[in-house]
Amino acid sequence: MLKVSSYPHISSETTTRKIMFIVIAALMPAFFGSIFFFGIRALIITLISIVSSFACEALCQAIRKKPITINDGSAILTGLLLAFNLPSCVPYWVPVVGAFFAIAVAKQVFGGLGYNIFNPALAGRAFLMASWPSIMTGKWVVPRLGTMSGIVYSLPVEMTSNATPLTALKDYSSVLGLPELLNAKSTIYSLFLGMRGGCLGETSCLLLLIGGIILISFRIIDFRIPLSYFLAVFSLTGILWLLGVTPVTPLFHILSGGLFLGAFFMATDYVTSPMTRKGRWIFGIGCGVITVLIRLWGGYPEGVSYSILLMNATTPLIDKFTRSRIFGH
Amino acid sequence: MKRYTFPGGIHPKENKSITEDKKITEIQPPDEIIVPLSQHTGSPSKPIVEKGSKVHIGTKIGEITGFISANIHSPVSGEVKKMDTHPHPSGGEILSVFITNDGKDEWENVSDRDVESISGGDIIEIVKEAGIVGLGGAAFPTHVKMSPPKGKQYDTLILNGSECEPYLTCDYRLMVERPEDILLGGRLIARAIGVKRCIIAIEENKPEAIRKMEKIVGRYDFEISTLITKYPEGAEKQLIWAITEEEVPTGGLPVDVGVCVQNVGTALAVYEAVKYNKPLIERAITVTGAVKRPSNFKVRIGTPFKELIEKAGGYLGIPYKLISGGPMMGISQYTDDVPVVKGTTGILVFKEETNSLVRTACIRCGRCINVCPMNLMPTKILAYIENGDFSNAKELGVLDCMECGSCEYICPARRPIVHNIKLAKLRLSK
Repeated sequence: MLKVSSYPHISSETTTRKIMFIVIAALMPAFFGSIFFFGIRALIITLISIVSSFACEALCQAIRKKPITINDGSAILTGLLLAFNLPSCVPYWVPVVGAFFAIAVAKQVFGGLGYNIFNPALAGRAFLMASWPSIMTGKWVVPRLGTMSGIVYSLPVEMTSNATPLTALKDYSSVLGLPELLNAKSTIYSLFLGMRGGCLGETSCLLLLIGGIILISFRIIDFRIPLSYFLAVFSLTGILWLLGVTPVTPLFHILSGGLFLGAFFMATDYVTSPMTRKGRWIFGIGCGVITVLIRLWGGYPEGVSYSILLMNATTPLIDKFTRSRIFGH
Repeated sequence: MKRYTFPGGIHPKENKSITEDKKITEIQPPDEIIVPLSQHTGSPSKPIVEKGSKVHIGTKIGEITGFISANIHSPVSGEVKKMDTHPHPSGGEILSVFITNDGKDEWENVSDRDVESISGGDIIEIVKEAGIVGLGGAAFPTHVKMSPPKGKQYDTLILNGSECEPYLTCDYRLMVERPEDILLGGRLIARAIGVKRCIIAIEENKPEAIRKMEKIVGRYDFEISTLITKYPEGAEKQLIWAITEEEVPTGGLPVDVGVCVQNVGTALAVYEAVKYNKPLIERAITVTGAVKRPSNFKVRIGTPFKELIEKAGGYLGIPYKLISGGPMMGISQYTDDVPVVKGTTGILVFKEETNSLVRTACIRCGRCINVCPMNLMPTKILAYIENGDFSNAKELGVLDCMECGSCEYICPARRPIVHNIKLAKLRLSK
């Protein structure tokens, strides 16, 4: 019996599953980093988040009477990314609730893989932020080898001991000497290496950068989104720094908060970002501008997750208006 | 040297090394030949023989029926056994002429013309009479391509030696083995369509063909263009763009930008027709994949696939898929009883599944958009088609799709794009 099928009869070796697992692999440096910086609790939170996402996906698909596709790796990835967006000291039920919202509400309600409008992990985080703000932002853990704000050798300002670099900037920038300390070379180093407070997967720029380079070199993500995101944040904060609007350098803005995690792993989510190359530039720039607006004038110290969620909503429009001219038209 | 290419496209594993060193060997025609009366783009030919008719090699057995159509000739000498429908490699069952081969190989009429003195108009007439069609796969009648509509004119001829389909090497072998005859054929086409500038375009993965051609292009007043190896480099519109940076307008013809593209095998057939009065009764073909002795053959039209597979040593293991053509645009067959037709470029056998069959929902990765040589958005078109919204699919340019399959090849979710686009085109043509 000969098999008859439509051409093409060969296919590239890259499959959905393979892509998901490459992204998961690219997150591994930052994952091990999170265990190093925040201890065994980071591991537990991450495992709870992954298992909850996995179970929730299977359950939703069973209820919807759809084929169960948990082995495609997308739920594991969502669970991992959600955990990366949580402080390491949250109670153990928090990742469970977050995973439920991410998978059941943000993903499966919209039709499952490929149909969700908003990045599931970020939607889960946004839900947790809105519901339990004190748990999500009230308490932070000092990482191993570092301090909360990344200010290493001197702590003249008592407040910075319980503030992340960006909350320190937001709430205490009027305190004399703080901006200088935030801009200090040693602070920039600890921001880059990850010795500062923050969500458990977002702190080490170095480890996230390694992951990002893996993704770009394996052609999993388009460099356009992270590059335009970084450039937008850098140039905008650069101008505002020169104008004296923000007391810290653009370098501080690039390295602090969740920008590396967001730019390499969240804004590049295929499903919720534009498909056209031109659209990806616009998307990255949009994320960058909104991030800066929130950081400097918004109610939150950090704007990466909301900026990406807002830009997610514009994705269909961007795709529509960046359609290339068809050959011969 | 300048390397030409086009935007988009893919790099599938070439697998040409299996047969690229295999010389084209001539296969004796089998005892029975099956010649379908439709082997070209356009209207089928009208049979002009009947059961019991005696035929020679080159006896016309099917006649042109419309403007876009082609003559068909007997590839063997013998007797017409019957006229019946028979499975065709392009699908469906087609009225075919079954000829019993008497083994005498008697020719209808052969000549040895002085090709220097023959006029352009006569060349087109000979090509038309000889039933020559594009041998790169599309099988568009060559005389029609050589006669542009009134008011339009060619200024450039491109001989297409890119052979971008993986596995296939028959065009490559022709360029290595018969470079002079190909360029002579090219010059005849150039004379017929009234152009001065002649180019032969070859992909970089065929250095031997490039070397051979480089030595002689000057003698025949040809230029050589090396193309960056990429699929679908040999697609007409992409090839024209790569070399001239001119876009064939949508719905238009290559003549709108003044370029005539002919496959190297076609040029050879034109030469043989003009020089020896030889109609298109045989062609070069690659038999490759899961066969014991992958080969390049010169075969008579109408030879059943199974004969050629036997000549290639038989199947290697149990065949899983039998493809007429290459792996990107070839058509899978349900029987090896189908005959070689004018457009058959290769026979490819797979003994196992070569596609990853794990289908998921579209993850909107955008790879299909990046590789589409026509700048379409295949995934969006597919979404419309799957929802039955053909008018929006048309709005997004589904009719501009040439079905090269690059999008489906690259798709990590293995979406059935080409299949659905064909469906949409069918629905829109009604």
